[in-house]
Amino acid sequence: MKNFRYVARSKAIAARALGDETMVMSATNSTLFTLDEVASVIWEAADGVTPLEDIVAKKICSAYDVAPGLALQDAETLVENLVQHGILLASDQPLLPASATGKEAS
Amino acid sequence: MPNVTAAMAVESSQVIVAIGGLPIRLRCDNPDFVRQIQERYAGYLSASDEARFDFEIELAPPGTKCRDADVSVNWESGRWLMERGDFRAEWNPVTARGRIQQTINPYSLDCVLRIVHTLLLAGEGGFLLHASSAIRNGRAFLFSGVSGAGKTTIARLAPPDAALLTDEISYVTRGDGRYFAVGTPFYGELSRPGENLRAPIEVLYLLAKGPENKIEPIEGSDAVRGLLANTLFFARDPRFVNMVFEAAFDFVARVPVRRLTFVPNSSVWELIQ
Repeated sequence: MKNFRYVARSKAIAARALGDETMVMSATNSTLFTLDEVASVIWEAADGVTPLEDIVAKKICSAYDVAPGLALQDAETLVENLVQHGILLASDQPLLPASATGKEAS
Repeated sequence: MPNVTAAMAVESSQVIVAIGGLPIRLRCDNPDFVRQIQERYAGYLSASDEARFDFEIELAPPGTKCRDADVSVNWESGRWLMERGDFRAEWNPVTARGRIQQTINPYSLDCVLRIVHTLLLAGEGGFLLHASSAIRNGRAFLFSGVSGAGKTTIARLAPPDAALLTDEISYVTRGDGRYFAVGTPFYGELSRPGENLRAPIEVLYLLAKGPENKIEPIEGSDAVRGLLANTLFFARDPRFVNMVFEAAFDFVARVPVRRLTFVPNSSVWELIQ
């Protein structure tokens, strides 16, 4: 298990679903990312309060023919990649929205 | 094809440059530089004394060395700060005033104007695009691609009945649910400004050179990717990026995007009618 459980979409991005894909642009460097169907499911579910393993179990394993362990491993790799580019946030604690905590999640 | 503005300078210490029909007053106490601006933006000078924005230009002493630096554009304390090795500018959209410190070089001013127009256009659903563009039969055609893709080549090959809007930076505006291309003084290798005209955009072509002329449709995310890859983003600001990003999706929903593979000779224009 990696050192994070919770994932949330960064606010410094612009994103839009197009068919099964999601296009995400970083506001910090204008880099454009295209998420495929499965990555889009994780992206959409990344609310900062649902653990990643729950997202994988409920949204991925129930819809796709994939072993839970492998699916979680792939999801963690995806998350790490998107975190490196600054378009996802990850933490071992829930990432509550600013309106709920009074401050920005980081 | 209506003319966007008339042309005339106002007086020697100031000049009003109207690109995309948006008049910006530039004041400078150096008459030689004002003359350079008038020459550089001939065809885009406003006859009226009315301007939407005012910029004061302060020139660095001759011989000032420039740092080599990338453009940076940031929103701070209610104003845009724009900086490169050869200029530093700030602009407050609320007071409609700004200041430019630069070397005596019209190309520094050119960059500031490009940035200001990208910021203004974003708020109105438009954008600047790395593309040549031309009007033919009352409709505008855009030819987009990275450096070397053929933007200037296709502009050079344009037939006499095509009015060239730019060979480098296309100015895209939105109005009445449609997109329009507007001429700009921003040029590339062709080294001449575009005609100050405006027309609805018929097609955006993404350029590729190849052994034969052909046109293929590009749809969905490929079209958005192709457009965004060539859109000018100066400001690293979430609100600005979001506006341009949304504009790209809206544009692709309203304007056909196609791949134009072409042999670099005038036969390609037989496909562009």
